[in-house]
Amino acid sequence: MNTILHILHKEFIQIFRNKTMLPIIFMLPIVQLLVLVYAATFEMKNINMVVVDQDLSSKSRALVAKFEASPFFKIQQNTFSVKEAESIIKSDKADFILNIPSGFELGVLKENTGNIQLLINAINGTTAGLTNVYATSVIADFNRELIIESINILPPAIQQVINVEYSFWYNARMNYKIYMLPGILVILVTLIGMFLTSLNLVREKEMGTIEQINVSPIKKYQFIIGKLFPFLCIALFELAFGLIIGKLVFNIPLVGSLPLLFLFAAVYLLVALGIGLLVSTLSSTQQQVMFVSFFVMLVFIMMSGIFTPTESMPDWAQKVNIINPVAYFMEVIRMILLKGSGFMDIWKSFVLLFIYAVGIISLAIWKYRKVA
Amino acid sequence: MSKEIIISVQNLMKKFGQFVANDDLSFEVYKGEIFGFLGANGAGKTTAIKILCGLSTPTSGKISVAGFDAYTQTNKIKHNIGYMSQKFSLYEDLTITENFRFYGGIYGLNKKQIQDKTKQLLERLKLEDAKDKIISSIPLGWKQKLAFSIAIMHDPKIVFLDEPTGGVDPITRRQFWELIYETAHQGITVFVTTHYMDEAEYCDRVSIMVDGKIIALNSPKNLKNEYQAKSMDEVFLKLTRN
Repeated sequence: MNTILHILHKEFIQIFRNKTMLPIIFMLPIVQLLVLVYAATFEMKNINMVVVDQDLSSKSRALVAKFEASPFFKIQQNTFSVKEAESIIKSDKADFILNIPSGFELGVLKENTGNIQLLINAINGTTAGLTNVYATSVIADFNRELIIESINILPPAIQQVINVEYSFWYNARMNYKIYMLPGILVILVTLIGMFLTSLNLVREKEMGTIEQINVSPIKKYQFIIGKLFPFLCIALFELAFGLIIGKLVFNIPLVGSLPLLFLFAAVYLLVALGIGLLVSTLSSTQQQVMFVSFFVMLVFIMMSGIFTPTESMPDWAQKVNIINPVAYFMEVIRMILLKGSGFMDIWKSFVLLFIYAVGIISLAIWKYRKVA
Repeated sequence: MSKEIIISVQNLMKKFGQFVANDDLSFEVYKGEIFGFLGANGAGKTTAIKILCGLSTPTSGKISVAGFDAYTQTNKIKHNIGYMSQKFSLYEDLTITENFRFYGGIYGLNKKQIQDKTKQLLERLKLEDAKDKIISSIPLGWKQKLAFSIAIMHDPKIVFLDEPTGGVDPITRRQFWELIYETAHQGITVFVTTHYMDEAEYCDRVSIMVDGKIIALNSPKNLKNEYQAKSMDEVFLKLTRN
């Protein structure tokens, strides 16, 4: 026990004496949360569009005005030639063409049908889908107005039989930031914990001090605990700091129990730091550690469901996520913070992560040979 | 003349796959002597030292260090030895006192013992005024003496020095050897590897290794007589050229 305290004492002196450490601890969360939460959003605004109005009638102008009034669309340019509009899309200045052929108004008034064409750049499928949905809803709105207008002329009106009412739970205003912030927090604590731990251990290898440790009577597990604990503290501090920023700046809801969140985070961090340690026991330079940790982090984070729900991933990817600790925490932090889930809702993830932590740390201790 | 044996090595073999790093080594080291362990690069010195320090398990042979078995009692061995490599192994971002505290602590010294030892060793080096200096800011010669002091801080029975004088100037080397003598006088056995043949002259006994085998083991004086050489340098060249 005493030995571990001596190691911890030494580690904390070294951490706080390191001049780059305090900026990392305080600046990283501020920058990540303030920048990424705003930037990493799926809400679409300002879709650039080109209008090809070949009808130039009052109805076509009314439709264009509807698009103009919508916050989602921004008319880049008006033209009369579809060819020209296409070239604008090709040059990436717009993503969407609204083509109103001549005879649109005539059709609407005389035959009760008017045709228009939407041309959407679908390089990004999600964006194209959303553009379609938004555009269709603008047109549907316009349609309804046309019907109401025609009621005055043609009875009886078409009535809507089923009325759908929406209610968005847990994030009533569908504020994307509230969804993203917990995700960014997960990345933050993982980044800090995993990188700092793995770099720290391999630095002892590079400096040669590990040799001196190896000839001393320090036991493997004492050394590994001495290396884990300081960064566990720092990462948990980061989580607290990030939550404070989230509350003050974004007013995120903290519905669930914070002690439960921190308990879960601690178990999660044991896994993340354990992976960091494992990487560093297998590497001999800081470069190697950086490359491997970066690769592991990137895969884990992209698959964790930070942007897209894991449920919509292919089956095999969901299976892979069984060994992805980030996916567990990503889900649970949102459950606790946004939904107020209790221990009974998350116990399965908790138990699995706990087993994972024990396994990965044992592996790290075993792989850390006390051989120079 | 009866001397207490502190390291006993009989028929030590160490193989890495097909490669034989230590081929049937047998020697004894006596308490309180300065034992020089010489050999060209790649002769197998480091492998042997690692086995003696309990870092590596021998393939075969009977080895006892400070009375403990090198197969089963490596942790007891580690408590009873000190070690200093050419890298010095001090924490560059800690102060002198903090390094003493850490290394003293992991060898199980209590607070009082650490303070006393630190004071005593720094006085000997005349570095009391520098005790709060960060290691990275002090000269190489100081680091080397400090690393040595830390290696003997817990009063080990044996201290292993693996090329301790690499890269330091002749005056500092001289002072360093004075430290080694003092330590040996206190009864701590010194096991030292070196490249400098003038340093070999300071040892009580010297072994010379070539290709994993010990080909000579005697006092420098006897070796010089035996090979009719003026200096250890000549002895070494004569032995290693064949």
